[in-house]
Amino acid sequence: MRLAAASALLAALFVAAGCGQKTEEAAGTVIKIGSVAPLTGPQAHLGKDNENGARLAIEELNAKGITLGGKPVRLELVGEDDGADPKTGTVVAQKLVDLGVVGVVGHLNSGTSIPASKLYADAGIPQVSPSATAIAYTAQGYKTAFRVMTNDEQQGKALGQFAVKSMGAKKIAIIDDRTAYGQGLADEFEKAVKAGGGEVVAREFTNDRATDFTAILTSIKGKGPEVLFFGGMDPQGGPMAQQMKRLGLNAKLLGGDGIQNVNFLKLAGAEAEGTVASLPGLPLDAMPGGAEFKKRFEAKYGPIQVYAPYAYDAAYVLVDAMRRADSADPAKIVAELPKTDLQGVTGQLRFDGKGDVTGGSVTLYQVKNGAWAVLETVK
Amino acid sequence: MDIFIQQLINGLVLGSIYALVALGYTMVYGILELINFAHGEVTMMGAMVALAVIGALMGVAPDLPGVVVVLGGVLIAVPVCMLLGFGIERLAYRPLRNAPRLAPLITAIGLSIVLQNVAMLIWGRQYIAFPPLLPKGQFEILGAHISVLQLFIVALSVTVMLGLWFTVQKTRLGRAMRATAQSREVAALMGVNVNSVIAATFIIGSALAALAGVMVSAYYGLAHYYMGFLLGLKAFSAAVLGGIGNIAGAMLGGLLLGVIEALGAGYIGDLSGGFLGSHYQDVFAFFILSLVLVFRPSGLLGERVASRA
Repeated sequence: MRLAAASALLAALFVAAGCGQKTEEAAGTVIKIGSVAPLTGPQAHLGKDNENGARLAIEELNAKGITLGGKPVRLELVGEDDGADPKTGTVVAQKLVDLGVVGVVGHLNSGTSIPASKLYADAGIPQVSPSATAIAYTAQGYKTAFRVMTNDEQQGKALGQFAVKSMGAKKIAIIDDRTAYGQGLADEFEKAVKAGGGEVVAREFTNDRATDFTAILTSIKGKGPEVLFFGGMDPQGGPMAQQMKRLGLNAKLLGGDGIQNVNFLKLAGAEAEGTVASLPGLPLDAMPGGAEFKKRFEAKYGPIQVYAPYAYDAAYVLVDAMRRADSADPAKIVAELPKTDLQGVTGQLRFDGKGDVTGGSVTLYQVKNGAWAVLETVK
Repeated sequence: MDIFIQQLINGLVLGSIYALVALGYTMVYGILELINFAHGEVTMMGAMVALAVIGALMGVAPDLPGVVVVLGGVLIAVPVCMLLGFGIERLAYRPLRNAPRLAPLITAIGLSIVLQNVAMLIWGRQYIAFPPLLPKGQFEILGAHISVLQLFIVALSVTVMLGLWFTVQKTRLGRAMRATAQSREVAALMGVNVNSVIAATFIIGSALAALAGVMVSAYYGLAHYYMGFLLGLKAFSAAVLGGIGNIAGAMLGGLLLGVIEALGAGYIGDLSGGFLGSHYQDVFAFFILSLVLVFRPSGLLGERVASRA
């Protein structure tokens, strides 16, 4: 009986939602822009942050009003969930292609952006990733793949040099989460460490669903490293910091942009203290539009996780190219994208021949008194 | 040597957690021959409810000692999960009790997805940090670090297993459970209220799941709406390894799986000269599981299915 009532309610909801969509479509030409990020699973908090960043941009642009070819148009953001899973990533990419989106902001992860980029390239739809940093993403030669964040080559190099020179570490252990991002960053880090004369004493692996690292940390402890580098995200980095302490592993934790966020601080608790992590680009406060963006974003969606400013810029880059092309034809947008020269929140946005953002910098942060404090920015 | 002992301890603690969750799977399977895939999600709900209560308590009475606050969380989470377990059985499984066996299995999977999404709607997508309330005391034995919490986890799961074994073997309810497991129809004819026995099984299993959930989130310092899935999968494997339907088997399977994983992850890289890395830890664990099942298809301590049929 109750089940019947519940299903009737659900059915009513679906009908209501369907009606809502129809009335929206009736008002002027609607141009669909896709946004893909993990909205479920362990990285859902980061994914929602990205989607909100893109949504803020689209809402602002709609409020200002956009005309293409003399006709007013309305932008609509189609948010999709890839669960940070490469397979699901290609499924939702195909879905967006079939829906007829003119561009995609995403995906969040390198592991999902790379396989999806082939589908977008085949369909000729431009893809601007806010946060995929693996080198491979733009190295495939697709004309449709762009990103607004500095890639892992630079980030790994900055981290590796920092470990060897500034931290003075001789023995270094590396853990990565076997995702395209974690593994790619760890590989670049390893190269930089070896080039700087450091020794990699252990290379261990975990995955992006794990919470127990005691076994690999114990094995690493036996090799006595001074620095432990983790290529991965905060859901693993936080517990890892705690377990290091519990096992009496006294190495300093070092990580990339995946752990440079507020959530890492919460999850690691007191054990976060002293952790060093990097984030491509300038610190939010030092970004040209950082403070202003923070105010607008937080009034709507609450605290910024990490990549929201990049998702916001990625959406602006797409629409900017659309306006210069004066058309919503994906092919024309793709042709305009390399000529982008836009003052974004995160910096001046220009692309090189591969689709990577130029003039990127990497900033290193350290946890001091329970907050990320800027150490230095490497150009 | 100290590294080896540390790995053994790591494995035992991890295994105790698996065992605690595995007990719930094995109890339900023993009686209904149903794999309650929503059990991992009940564990998650336990952790989430406890954390919500802990957060509220810390807000209302910030001076309470940490252990009391956590205990408060447990005392609310356990009854909530018992109610949830009862509700799951009543709404999702009882109507399908005489349906083909695939039907309740599908409901179980569906229910697990529903519970995940309900938790996501209530508590959000964020990882929730478990506040550092419990004593962080630890000591060293032969160079290995052991914390009070780790000892407590192992002790708790052993106690719970013994308590459960006692309940099943020595009490009236336990006798009714065993009778229901052998044959529902005959037990009913003998005057056993099959419905309430099955409900009791779910309630007890859910209480254990709630305990395990709080333990896991306290130990790893976090909770998340997705945490039950992988934990449930591992615990289910542990139950199968030990012989599903057998309480001692769940314990043995849990501990074994934990130790195999820890030793696998810790030594596989060095033993294979770097050819296989620690990312093969699950492969290694499940390889052992398959090997056991080839030679003992009903698990280490499982009964022979053929003789029952």
